[in-house]
This record gives sequence, structure tokens and C-alpha cells, in this order.
Amino acid sequence: MNAIKKYAGIVWIILGPLAIHYLLQTASSEIAKKPGIDTKIQWAVFITVFYPIAIGFILFGLYALEGNYDHLPESSDEINDYEAKPL
Amino acid sequence: MNNNNETKGIWKVIGASSLGTLIEWYDFYIFGSLAVVIANQFFPKTNPTAALLSTLATFAAGFIVRPFGALVFGRLGDLVGRKYTFLLTLVLMGGSTFAIGCIPNYDSIGFLAPILVLVLRLIQGLALGGEYGGAATYVAEHSPAHRRGFFTSWIQTTATIGLFISLGVILLTRHLLDADATKSIEKFNDWGWRIPFLISIVLVIVSIYIRWRMKESPLYEKLKTEGKTSVNPLKESFGHKANLKMVLLALFGATMGQGVVWYTGQFYAQSFIENVCKVDFDQSRTILIWGILFATPFFVVFASLSDKIGRKWIMMMGMLLAVLSYQFLFTYLYHTVDEKTKIELVERKEIKTTVAPIANTKDAIRKVMTKTYYADGMTMVQTKIDTAYAGSGKITQKPLMSTAKTISSSDYWKMVGVVFILILYVTMVYGPIAAFLVELFPTKIRYTSMSLPYHIGNGVFGGLTPFIATLLTTIYTNDKTVGLLYPIVIATLSMIIGAIYISNRIDPEVNA
Repeated sequence: MNAIKKYAGIVWIILGPLAIHYLLQTASSEIAKKPGIDTKIQWAVFITVFYPIAIGFILFGLYALEGNYDHLPESSDEINDYEAKPL
Repeated sequence: MNNNNETKGIWKVIGASSLGTLIEWYDFYIFGSLAVVIANQFFPKTNPTAALLSTLATFAAGFIVRPFGALVFGRLGDLVGRKYTFLLTLVLMGGSTFAIGCIPNYDSIGFLAPILVLVLRLIQGLALGGEYGGAATYVAEHSPAHRRGFFTSWIQTTATIGLFISLGVILLTRHLLDADATKSIEKFNDWGWRIPFLISIVLVIVSIYIRWRMKESPLYEKLKTEGKTSVNPLKESFGHKANLKMVLLALFGATMGQGVVWYTGQFYAQSFIENVCKVDFDQSRTILIWGILFATPFFVVFASLSDKIGRKWIMMMGMLLAVLSYQFLFTYLYHTVDEKTKIELVERKEIKTTVAPIANTKDAIRKVMTKTYYADGMTMVQTKIDTAYAGSGKITQKPLMSTAKTISSSDYWKMVGVVFILILYVTMVYGPIAAFLVELFPTKIRYTSMSLPYHIGNGVFGGLTPFIATLLTTIYTNDKTVGLLYPIVIATLSMIIGAIYISNRIDPEVNA
């Protein structure tokens, strides 16, 4: 199971940039079709909001690949032990 | 005796938390439910900048700003305590909602009107971002470990009940302003829409009084007494890998999928029934009201079950059932009321044309209403409004067209049945999630840590579901159900991640 968790991390790392690419491609084609201010604002909001989420998704994939999800904390003490392991 | 006192105590806590959360959801939803009326009052189409603000206010502000509210108030809740923070969120939400009901319209105060509405909608979103994390945390920290799912499930019912009450209040107000139904709706669109906003202040004042008398969370008080509260909950929540990895897992493995299932089963279902199936305003809303009424008890059922068998697989099962059945269920909704499959009573067809002259011109507004009757009892009214030009050869390029179907009793209850199933999935994914999120994070950063993934999952992924789904139908115009692609893809991804990475173990203690 831990092997699946790790290798799936590669999938998440790849999906993040793919999602951003799809978003940008759809945004530019829709704005080209209907270049009104409403369309530009809608897509600007989508990109602004989903871009950092996609970055977070890549980070999630990285953590998975590094094996950080092999063991989930079973008590708050494990999470509290952050002084030794900053970001 | 001690157990009875504890039980009585927890019900007071649930009542106080839930009432305030319910009112906040009601305040948030009446804006969305009345978006068209508000747009006409405050954002006239003739002014492009005002229309732009309308796009921002109705589209982005309320949902997108929720995660920021989660950060601001989550931090406050971990620094100064749960009680005072979600008292503040209630005051902000209630105050901004009441104020929306008081703002003069665009015709009265011009450009200030849409700006004020946008600002108030932002405040609503911020307040909601701070409310849920506090309420869920507050109840969970009072609950016995083996019944945490059951007790927090009452908080989980509040969003759906808030939606239910908002729909009910709007429908009642719309029909009670005049004995004549048409005049009542006209009055509602003119000034009656303010009533649902104004009456919320009474509910908010009652809720503030109840919450003011509540005690702080015992776990938080203990932490404070021991001097162990966080000095920088944002840094501790998101600046250290041990906790950040859990925030990311909570978002991608749970709340992201839960958010899209929640909004697809309720908001998008209602929008689909009204705008794609073309069922009329009142019926589309009462269908949702019945579905909510029958399905709401299952929040408690599934959350209680999660106390016995774990949270994970109930949530994942809800997502799986949604992913597998959405296409079938929404296609069934469409075909149930598709007039092409029904027998038309041609001899009963009515066509009524009215012409209203336009002042200072020889032209006129022409309205043609065609009412079609079907053998099963359904009626369909198609309205076309265009300009009848006095000069020959000139025609309206884009006449206004609308269709509204009043469906038969049999079809109505079939639709209620489908909506019930859709909301059942909602209860599976949403019922256990409060306890699930609380158990993931330590007390001193719980408010901050659980609020952000919750509001990104629900505010961003979920809240944008109707918009993205509708957008997909404008890109891929031949497929009526193409909008489902978004929730199906997102829920599938979340379900796979949750199945692989989330543990089904219930944390017996949340005291640390």
C-alpha cells in the first residue's frame, strides 16, 4: 500500500501542471470567442483561484512520493513535533 | 446523573452552535436564491460597469472569499477562543445581511448601490468562512469520543436546513404580498425581496443572545490555562510539514469531493431542473424542498454510523455512488419532463398576443405567449418578446424567449425521488466530515487547520459547481448533461486519493 501511495504521487505531480495547462488553454479560447469584460473576469477568477490549488496538488504529490503519508499521525503529539521538522 | 447532566449540556451546546450556523447559511443562501432580482435592482444591464460588478458580486465574492474568512477567523479562534470568534462571525453575517435589505436601489443612489452590495456580499463570505470551523470545533470539543459523529452531525444539517428555510421564506413572501398571484410577484420583485433579508436580523439577535451566554470550549480553556495556546496558528498550521500534509490530504482526499457532491446534489440539481428541464420557478424550488425534507435525517444516520464503522468509507461510498449514477439520474430528470416524449393536445393550444406601444415612437413591444397542453397533465408556456417595428423589413435580431413547464403530479414526485437520492449522497459525504476534520488536527490549531480545507473544498470547488457546469454547457452545446463532467471528475479524483491515503481509524482523543 505504501508503494501505491508513493507512486501515485508521481501521478499527482503530473496532474497539477496538466490541469493548469488545460485551464489556460480553455480560458484563452473562450476569451477569443467572446472577448467581453464578463468573460475575461470569469476566467481571471478561475485562474487566480485554481492556480495556487494546483500548486498545492503538486506539493501533495511530492509529499506522497517522499513517503510522508506512509504513516498518518495517530495522536496530536505526533503533529505537535514540528520544531524538529519545519517545512 | 452525571451522564444526564453531560447529555443535557451537550444539547445546549449543539442548539446554540447550530442555530447560529443555520442562520448564517440562510443569510448566505437568500442572496444566491435572489441573485436575479438583486441584479435587476442594483446592477442595471444598461450600465456596463454596474453589470461588471454584478458579475463579481454574484459570481466570485461570496464563494471565493470564504477561504480568506477561514484564515482570518480560524486564526482568531485559535488565538482568543472559539466562543468570541464565532460570535463575531454571527454579528458580521447578520449585520451585512440586514444591510443588504436596506440599501436603496440603483435608481435611487446610483453607482453607490452596486458597490455597497458587493462589499456586503464579501463580508457575508468572510463571515461564513469563519463560522463553520468554529461551530464544528466547538461542538466536537464538547462531545464524548464515541459519539462525536452523532453530535457534530447536527451542525452538518444546518447548511441544508438553511437552504430549505431560505427557499421557503422566499416562496411564501413571493406569494403573500397580494391576493392576486401576478401582482404579488410584481411587488416581490419591486420591494418584497427585501423582507427575507430584513427578518434575518431577528433571528440573529436571538442567536447572539444564546451564544453570548455559552461557555468557551473546555479543551480550549484547558489549553489556555496551561499556557499552551498557539502564538502563530497560521505558521503552525501551514508552515510545518507535519500539519500541512494533513491539510492537503483533508482537501484533496475529502472536502474537494464532498464539496462538489454537496453543490451538485442541491444547487446544481435545482438549477438543472429550472434552466435545462425548464420546470417553472415554484415547482423547481418545492421539488428541492421536499427532497431536502426527506433526506435531512440521514445526516444524523450516516454520521452516527461513522461513529461505529469509521468515517472514511461512508464518505468514499457517497462519492462513488454519485460518480456512478449522476449521468443516469440527471438524464432521467431531463427525459421525465421532455415535451418531445409527450402527447400534445393540439386542440387545446392557446396563443395570446399582446402589443404595448413604445412611447414617442410608432413601434411596440410584442409579447406572444403560447400555452401547450399535454395528455399527462403537463402544460408548457413559451413566451417570445420582441419589438414590432412600424417600418417595414426591420425585425428584432434576438427576441427574448422563455419556457416554463408546469409538470404533472406524477412527474413532480418522480423528480422529488431523484433529488432525494442526490441529497442522500450529500448526507453520506457531509454527515461524518465535521468529526473527521476535527480528529485530524490538534486543539491549538484546529480552528485554523480544518477551516481552510473545508472552505476551499466547499467554497471554491463546490461553490463554483453551478457556474462551471453551466459554462460547460455553453462550450459543449449539444449535451444537456455535459455540466456533470466537472463534479464527476473532481469527485472521482478525491475518492481515489481518499481511498488510498486516508485512515479509517477514529481518533479517540482530541484533547491534545
